[in-house]
Amino acid sequence: MMKYDLVVVGGGPAGMAAALKAKECGVKKIIILERSETLGGILEQCIHTGFGLHYFGQELSGPEYAYRFIKELEKTDIDVKVDTMVTEIQPGNVVIATNNVDGMLRINATAIILAMGCRERPRGALDMPGSRASGIMTAGTAQKYVNINGYMPGKKIVILGSGDIGLIMARRMTLEGAKVEMVCELMPYSGGLTRNIVQCLDDLGIPLKLSCTVIKTHGIGRLEGVTVANVDENRRPIPGTEQFVECDTLLLSVGLIPENELTRMAGIIIDPVTNGAIVDEYRQTSRSGVFACGNVLQVHDLVDYVTEESQIAGEGAAKYILSKGKSKGGKSRNGKDIHVKAKDGVRYVVPQNINRSTDRDVKVYFRVSDIYKDTYVVVTSGDKELYRKKKRKLAPGEMENVTVKLEDIACLESNEITVKLEVGKNG
Amino acid sequence: MVKELVCVACPIGCMMSVEMNRKKEVVSVTGNTCKRGEQYAKDECTNPVRMLTTTIKVNGGSLPVVPVKTSVPIPKGKMFECMAEINNQVVDAPIKTGEVLICNICDTGADIVATNEV
Ligand SMILES: Cc1cc2nc3c(=O)[nH]c(=O)nc-3n(C[C@H](O)[C@H](O)[C@H](O)COP(=O)(O)OP(=O)(O)OC[C@H]3O[C@@H](n4cnc5c(N)ncnc54)[C@H](O)[C@@H]3O)c2cc1C
Ligand code: SF4
Repeated sequence: MMKYDLVVVGGGPAGMAAALKAKECGVKKIIILERSETLGGILEQCIHTGFGLHYFGQELSGPEYAYRFIKELEKTDIDVKVDTMVTEIQPGNVVIATNNVDGMLRINATAIILAMGCRERPRGALDMPGSRASGIMTAGTAQKYVNINGYMPGKKIVILGSGDIGLIMARRMTLEGAKVEMVCELMPYSGGLTRNIVQCLDDLGIPLKLSCTVIKTHGIGRLEGVTVANVDENRRPIPGTEQFVECDTLLLSVGLIPENELTRMAGIIIDPVTNGAIVDEYRQTSRSGVFACGNVLQVHDLVDYVTEESQIAGEGAAKYILSKGKSKGGKSRNGKDIHVKAKDGVRYVVPQNINRSTDRDVKVYFRVSDIYKDTYVVVTSGDKELYRKKKRKLAPGEMENVTVKLEDIACLESNEITVKLEVGKNG
Repeated sequence: MVKELVCVACPIGCMMSVEMNRKKEVVSVTGNTCKRGEQYAKDECTNPVRMLTTTIKVNGGSLPVVPVKTSVPIPKGKMFECMAEINNQVVDAPIKTGEVLICNICDTGADIVATNEV
């Protein structure tokens, strides 16, 4: 059995940043295990720019952002195994992986960082009757076809769901000569970044139909069209609003799901809202020595935040390893932990727990559940208000954060911190 | 006149208010988090520009296409003209990240630069 101080599962931006940070903090033996042929994760197919503006101060494309981390990795003695799939995390932090060269690998790890990213919600997750015609695929699959394989999957396109990948693909396919008829969004607002709505739809005159969905697909063999309909406030199609739209391709951009099969199998506690592990301020999960970061923990829209979060996990893992496993798990311990709660319009928070004896300011990330204008973000603990700031606009598609100060954490009387929204007086 | 605008210079997407005088000159920009926002607001109200990213066909590479971007943002109205030019070209492998593949595309002053290696 091989032995490593740190095993990182997944070689996307999260895994790479976490490994590099752990190295910088003094961890000796580190290995990254990546299922694909190359490092970089989803970034390899995200050829549009908009990555790294805050981290590098430059507007990079996905591959360029990844390249910088790959180059950094090459300068270190961090081991990397590509084409290697992790299949199980056993008790005692033993990582089981397989590849064609080594067959089955068993690695004994002091600490593990989970950085498996997320995957797109497939068609099966939707309740959509119709033929099993070809031409229906996720937006990410289409992105791979166009950007990596140089092949256009269709000419007349309808996109269901206004997630970022769908918006990016609306522009990409239009630039390559396809006609994107419309983007249908079930909700009354888009789930994507405003930036992408402006640049990818408005710029090109592609209509965004809100409160609208695809209720049926048509065609045998190849897709010939879809029926769309408006929906009511309960998201049910409104009879009489059906419309047939001719198209040969339907792209689905209806959400991302953190890839947590390994995490669940290992018995780690999952947050039912984020679909990622419940973690403490160093991103340690309920299992001692197992950390999580990036899209496997919470779906991010900005890679800059992924990098930031992963460096925290890398630092946490390093502390854990260097103190030989003395630091504690993210689960509640002796009732002394501080629980971070989401309330009044805040859908979730990460991290969900903070160690009372922490040594850092804690940035709490959150998402809101609806569109809010001129609203205060308020953080309280017991009767004490720790933070209050007015926001002009909050949207579910954009992740927000607030920082809870170390000096506040140290002298909290209550075991709870609440992050909530308060509608402005004149808003 | 005040125009409400979302900064698209980076994915944060700050909401900005741009105040313009009668000559359509920008007097003030508020709501931006960084300097780029101010520049974006000025450009957007006078000469809107965008980064163009796409792929170019490659001969003899490990993959059939290589991703590229414009070295600087180009006028919004020139996007399709540039796309047509890029789709007319085939480049030979090997290609390195940062390599200039087309100089001064469609007289925009921007170069087409590879963003990955093939
Ligand atoms: C289409 C799209 C557009 C985006 N646009 C932007 C943008 O404009 N600007 C921006 O800042 N951010 C953007 N993002 C967000 C950002 O790119 C992602 O949040 C980020 O790439 C997530 O990094 P990650 O490392 O967590 O996940 P990933 O990049 O998905 O990496 C996870 C890696 O883990 C590997 N893996 C999974 N399971 C296993 C296993 N069992 N064994 C071994 N390896 C495994 C996978 O193969 C993968 O390489 C975009 C994301 C997408 C999908
Ligand atoms: S103002 Fe700065 S931080 Fe805000 S969206 Fe523009 S570039 Fe990003």
